Amino acid sequence: MKAIALKLCSVTGMKWGIPFVKLFSGEEVLEQLKEIWGTVGIPLIAIVTFLLIWHFGAKQIDTSLGQVPGPAMVWEQTKALWAEHVDERIKADEFYARQDARNAAKLAKNPNANIRVVDYTGKPTYIDQIFTSLKTVFMGFLIASLIALPIGIICGLSKKIMQALNPMIQVFKPVSPLAWLPIVTMIVSAVYVTNDGWLEKSFIISAITVSLCSLWATLINTALGVSSVNEDYINVAKVLQLSPTKKTFKIVLPATLPLIFTGLRISLGVGWMVLIAAEMLAQNPGLGKFVWDEFQNGSSQSLARIMVAVFTVGIIGFILDRIMVELQKLVSFDKKTIA
Amino acid sequence: MSEIAIKEAPIATEKEISDKKVMLDIKDLTKIYTTPKGEYVVLEKLNLQVMKEEFISIIGHSGCGKSTLLTMIAGLNDISEGEILLDGKPITKPGPDRGVVFQSPSLFPWMTALENVLLGVEQVFPHGSKNDRLDICKYYLDKVGLGDAFNKKASELSQGMQQRVGIARAFALKPKILLLDEPFGMLDSLTRAELQDVLLEVWNKENITAIAITHDVDESIFLADRVIMMTSGPRAVVGDILEIPLERPRTRREVIEHPDYYHYRGHLINFLEH
Repeated sequence: MKAIALKLCSVTGMKWGIPFVKLFSGEEVLEQLKEIWGTVGIPLIAIVTFLLIWHFGAKQIDTSLGQVPGPAMVWEQTKALWAEHVDERIKADEFYARQDARNAAKLAKNPNANIRVVDYTGKPTYIDQIFTSLKTVFMGFLIASLIALPIGIICGLSKKIMQALNPMIQVFKPVSPLAWLPIVTMIVSAVYVTNDGWLEKSFIISAITVSLCSLWATLINTALGVSSVNEDYINVAKVLQLSPTKKTFKIVLPATLPLIFTGLRISLGVGWMVLIAAEMLAQNPGLGKFVWDEFQNGSSQSLARIMVAVFTVGIIGFILDRIMVELQKLVSFDKKTIA
Repeated sequence: MSEIAIKEAPIATEKEISDKKVMLDIKDLTKIYTTPKGEYVVLEKLNLQVMKEEFISIIGHSGCGKSTLLTMIAGLNDISEGEILLDGKPITKPGPDRGVVFQSPSLFPWMTALENVLLGVEQVFPHGSKNDRLDICKYYLDKVGLGDAFNKKASELSQGMQQRVGIARAFALKPKILLLDEPFGMLDSLTRAELQDVLLEVWNKENITAIAITHDVDESIFLADRVIMMTSGPRAVVGDILEIPLERPRTRREVIEHPDYYHYRGHLINFLEH
């Protein structure tokens, strides 16, 4: 039981839970209290201070949308957004129930009746938008990885190819998503004309923009990892006369995995960060669009709702990072090097 | 099994050695590194012959070029001038006919001890059955004292254990010659002595020609039939050769208590100090 709880704490990145678990199991109470003060007490004081400064500072500023919201208002809106979500779900359920009842009645009257099944068309709720954003970022991340990993490996293996591609990599790497978006929009619009509803155009545009910004970290880390594999490993491969494929898959890639995962982790972080900007402009129905719509809407709650989005983005970004760290630990042979 | 393989008191005289087949023939070997400051000659016209089934150790000061010599025999380092013949054929590139034990164990940490050995065995015996190959790996891992650690990840083994796997990996290739590049240099003295015993134990059974680089005087005497003393670089050559005609199999105690031991030791230290 205790072991499970401790494992859970470290996997979720909540290291501060560890002394609590130990405290409840009666392990060196004074030691644990000290530990708790350090890991929980001090950050808690900082957070409370931040909330107080925010609370009183916010009151000083009046915007065209009213006073800057304080923590209390943001919390209100968090609850309101959740309530809207629940409401919308109830409405959707009722709609489907009505539709089913209507169709059943029709069929009872005439078994050959023409049945129409329609999707509920309510507006996406905040929770829906979070999931759209997650889908988009994973799509973008997937595209980025599919491009960056092979190119990174090839760059790492061949110095000449690295020299050929390096200038382009260095030039494209710092470009903002806002610059890529119009170009991607025009190209996707020109190429992806079917629009059969399988994938929304705006979804593809945001995903590709995310890829263009996030693939560089993976590419560079992979190339660096592959090109800097321990000299001894390469010597062993030479002595054993391993074939190039065997050398790549049995030695170079396993040796590079930790760095590849560092790259993937940065890529996912960058992707999530630029996603909001991409969605805002591409009007992909995700968190970015939510922020943009609230900004355009300009009601008295808008700023508070945007702040909810800020925290959501932050917390989800943190969770994604933790997931990547755990994956990295899973595949890495040297557990000590991972933060 | 063990009794059969033990050599019968091979106190080789000069004549007997010259009758034996030459396994490794190094002729006028020169290594030149081009540096921004001009050419740096590490080895200049170095000559050395190693007989079949002979164990030699090479001793010399750090930076004298002994590792360069070994990596050239291994084929990992280009030859500037001269040539190295292994069993009559010139060396051009690395290959599994020369088993190398590196100073750092150089195991692949994501593989188990068994997989590390198997990787080489698969290359050398591609035609045998999978079970045959596994048996070879297990035999040598067992011989180096890792019979119960086949499936341990290399990263979980201590440095001494890792080097045992390194030794097993080299022997399992059934190489023509074994190249040991300061194989115990990174180990503490207790582990070092243990591994010297392990190495000699396996070697006594296999009778593979072996070259060990070391800068430990006692190690060089304990392991070798001949100790090659290299002059300090640049332009290093073989400065002196000392025959160690002690009986095999050797035990540490017998070697240390042998009346000639301090004479050998004195000879080597005298060379190194001048």
